Amino acid sequence: MIRYVALKVGRAVFVVWAAFTVTFVLLFVLPANPVDLLFDPTELNSIPPEVRAQVAENYGFNKPVLLQYADRLGHALIGDFGNSVQSGRPVIAAILDVLPSTLILASAALVLATLIAFAIALVATATRRPWLRNLVEALPSGAVSVPVFLSGILILQVFSFQLGWFPSFGDNGVQSLILPLITLAVPVAGPIAQLLVRSFATEFGAGYVTTSWAKGATRGRIIVHDVFRNAGLPALTIAGVTFGNLIAGSVITETVFARRGLGRMTQTAINTLDVPLVAGIVVLVAVTFALINLTVDLIYPVLDPRLRASLTAGVS
Amino acid sequence: MTAIALTLKKPIFRIEKAPQPILILSWIIVLTVIGWALFPSLFTDYSPYAGDPAASFASPSLEHWFGTDRLGRDLFARTVYGSRTTLTATLLAVLIAFGLGAVVGLAAGFSGGIVDTAIMRVVDVFLAIPSLLLAMVVVSVLGYSTNNIALAVGISAIAAFARVMRAQVLTVVNQDYVKAAYGLGVGRLGVMLRHVVPNSLSSVIALAALEIGTGVLAVASLGFLGYGAPPPQPEWGLLVAEGRDYVAVHPWASILPGLALAIVVIATHRISTSFRKEHRR
Repeated sequence: MIRYVALKVGRAVFVVWAAFTVTFVLLFVLPANPVDLLFDPTELNSIPPEVRAQVAENYGFNKPVLLQYADRLGHALIGDFGNSVQSGRPVIAAILDVLPSTLILASAALVLATLIAFAIALVATATRRPWLRNLVEALPSGAVSVPVFLSGILILQVFSFQLGWFPSFGDNGVQSLILPLITLAVPVAGPIAQLLVRSFATEFGAGYVTTSWAKGATRGRIIVHDVFRNAGLPALTIAGVTFGNLIAGSVITETVFARRGLGRMTQTAINTLDVPLVAGIVVLVAVTFALINLTVDLIYPVLDPRLRASLTAGVS
Repeated sequence: MTAIALTLKKPIFRIEKAPQPILILSWIIVLTVIGWALFPSLFTDYSPYAGDPAASFASPSLEHWFGTDRLGRDLFARTVYGSRTTLTATLLAVLIAFGLGAVVGLAAGFSGGIVDTAIMRVVDVFLAIPSLLLAMVVVSVLGYSTNNIALAVGISAIAAFARVMRAQVLTVVNQDYVKAAYGLGVGRLGVMLRHVVPNSLSSVIALAALEIGTGVLAVASLGFLGYGAPPPQPEWGLLVAEGRDYVAVHPWASILPGLALAIVVIATHRISTSFRKEHRR
């Protein structure tokens, strides 16, 4: 058991370190002249060489690559990713500034997406009408096929411009949260629903369900008592994918609805080539991803006795 | 008792029973769009660049199917010509992801041991960065252009392909015919090329089919965010982005090209699931 935990923690730490290294190589080593990235491309030619040298000195670009790497890694370990080029503020402070707004949006969207996914799986399992089942099962692949920017614009058009129920942009309380929330929840719900529909179907054909039928249980009782409890768990295994979808979705959603947040900041940081900020965001995302996967790996055996038994027996 | 027997005898779950007509319709849609990309001038008489400023923001009509944009350019023509940019980039991206992913996965699965572990840990790292974010970073380093978008989307999908390829190689390597080939004195390279590669590719090809839909979405999303072709060029994501500024008054300018894009993605998904089912049989 301790070996299992140590292995998983080690893997998480490795992923974060390697993500940092990949980001470093991509952003600081590969560009022919990283100093150029720090200036506005239109002003690039008007910048005197002394200023360039000064900037290179400040950012440490004139030092050997390995030394730069060690320096940045050392600072990153204590949460220092340098200063944002655009605002001049520490990267961590800039990220923490917009993080709450995205966290609220993403967690609310995750809750809604989970509810939608379970509703789809329940209807698909419970219904006896083939046409309804086919329709409901087609929904998840539709949800992942429609680009987020299109669904965002459609929702904006209908509920904000036509019906006028919600504000079209901004960040003022619950009213302005509803439309982005729905936009983000739809693509996130898709993969979860696909997985749940499959695992509900598998569990519905399992031996213990046959036993329940034999004991005279109704369809509803079987779904609620037997299937629901066993089929929900596998959804945890795609927590990482779900997180990725939430991040990608929030970049687009926040752009469409002009909301403040991590996604929009990422887009601005990339547009303005704010290298330290981009590096900070990527590492933060990798840390979160690693933590989510670590949590799933660690609590899965707690939730699933079968896995726990195989772990204590030393077969992992 | 009879009631139970009846319930059990019935196929309790028919996962896929979508009527064939939808599959045929999907093929028609995809082939039409490929036609758009290959011979755009056969499908529209309008130029995607030259517009009539007097006829700006026309509503969809028989003359202008998708209406016109701010400069009076026919939006249907721009969508048709835009399919070339978007589809070429997608195809390039899938080829990069498929080619490199298959090689990496083959190397990992066939070598085994420490090489396998090392490669798969690196793959884990790429899976830890959401692909849109990774593609955005890559494109920012390479510079904004449609080709770089294709490269970025391709690179961000390599890890997924490598994973599938490795899993497939691992099952094939343990098959009897592979052991028999070794027994007959075939070298490692021969076994790999003659037996392992051909028998491992099918599930990776199924993934490639699925990735085309996802790739179109990724390419269009990056185009929408403004990392692709510069404005006068038509590209699906960019078309939606251009129309977005006027969405309050002229909604069709962004919604119609966007819907065309969504329908194509849905059609490719439908086709790729039919591939996967045939493959499973």
